[in-house]
Amino acid sequence: MGAILETTRLTKTFGAVTAAENISLAIGEDTVVGLIGGNGAGKTTFVNLVTGYLTPTAGAVRFAGEEITGLSPRRITRMGICRSFQIPQVFDSLSTRENLLVGLGIVALGKGAFATQTAVAGRTPEAAAGEMLARFRLESFKDAPARVLPEGVRKLLDIAMALAVKPRILMLDEPTSGVSAEEKFALMDLVLGAVRADRVTVLFVEHDMEIVRRYAQRVLAFYEGRVIADGAAAEVLDQAEVRRYVVGGAAATPVREPSC
Amino acid sequence: MCASGTAVGLVLGFLLARYRAIFFAMLSLAFSMILYGLLVRSPELGSTDGFNVAARTIAGVPLAGAVGRHALFVLACLSAFVSAAILHRYLGSHLGRLTPAIRDNELRVEYLGASVRNVVHLNLVMASALAGAGGAFTALAVGHVDPETAYWTTSGEFVFVAILSGTGSVAAPFVGAALLELLRNFAYAHAPNTWQLVVGGVMLLVILFLPEGLWSLFRRRMARGA
Repeated sequence: MGAILETTRLTKTFGAVTAAENISLAIGEDTVVGLIGGNGAGKTTFVNLVTGYLTPTAGAVRFAGEEITGLSPRRITRMGICRSFQIPQVFDSLSTRENLLVGLGIVALGKGAFATQTAVAGRTPEAAAGEMLARFRLESFKDAPARVLPEGVRKLLDIAMALAVKPRILMLDEPTSGVSAEEKFALMDLVLGAVRADRVTVLFVEHDMEIVRRYAQRVLAFYEGRVIADGAAAEVLDQAEVRRYVVGGAAATPVREPSC
Repeated sequence: MCASGTAVGLVLGFLLARYRAIFFAMLSLAFSMILYGLLVRSPELGSTDGFNVAARTIAGVPLAGAVGRHALFVLACLSAFVSAAILHRYLGSHLGRLTPAIRDNELRVEYLGASVRNVVHLNLVMASALAGAGGAFTALAVGHVDPETAYWTTSGEFVFVAILSGTGSVAAPFVGAALLELLRNFAYAHAPNTWQLVVGGVMLLVILFLPEGLWSLFRRRMARGA
């Protein structure tokens, strides 16, 4: 299977700070990749470069063979790379169901903007929203406005919305931050179960090494803007360099860092 | 007039759709004040006196006389109803659903793959078309165009209606406009010298106690009934 995401010598500098340096990698279809690294190591910068929030200083990003370097987040999203956010980005005044309908409606837009019920792949947005609510176990919250939802549920909704627009690559920025320790595995099971059913490639940024070890097939370890290790989860997590720079302190205390 | 409103909205929208909140408000007010200034300084259009609109015919019925005035009234009601129905349909469509979403979180809308600026622009064009149509009916009904209607206080009235009624439904501003008219007549009759004070006081109360407007009362009741 060919690479769905490919970066060549991807570099981003902010003044004297190098947030990403010569990142060249290829990610195959239908894989789950964990991005690890301390604060400021460049994980979120990498996500922002791929999704178009930041324009690289040098280098290129290719998605399914097509160059997407410098395109707007909207264009990149429409092509099939979608993301969730460390701080959930939802529509606070809309209900959980309406939040999903916004995303599902955008997919249906191309097939008639003024329609209220356009079937996409044989399902109306209403039906698809019901299905997603069930899949993410959000049914009991479906009529509640997003602003009153608990943090873990907002996190789930944020991920569900990203998935509503049918991406081929889903990037999750710290899906378990702000979620209690006992809910973390349940959340990851739920998310990856829902995502993997569609054979979506997943890249997730994570500080919790237990989560990484359990869910990632491949791990990219970031340190000072570079990828210092890349390989199978167990292999990377046991490397001396990774243990020193990444796993050491960061695993014990997941620290919040500003996203975007 | 409706067509010229649409055209103005389309052109100005390229600039206005880039701005939000106070910048958007100030910029759109600036455009209306430019129009006011132009009208007031154009002797061909009657300067501060405005100009008369000659009574015409609507579908063969002459506008002058009682029959004509009724015809105009019916036509205005009909257009209001039809535009309200179209807007209601729009707000329930895939595209229309983006409007409240944009109000909540523009970043997320872009990251779901839709263009915020295009939606804002489209909304602006629709608002301009409706305002143009409203202006046309007013001119026909009064038989006169007063440059005062381009003055910022006229815009203020529409803002007042929006605050009073809330933006929860297409029906809300109709109720809000009727209430504003009632309130103003009431205030005018009982406090002819300080009526603005009464209207302003009511506005303050609405903002303090019903930040989502009067329509939120209906919605709460509907939510309880459901």
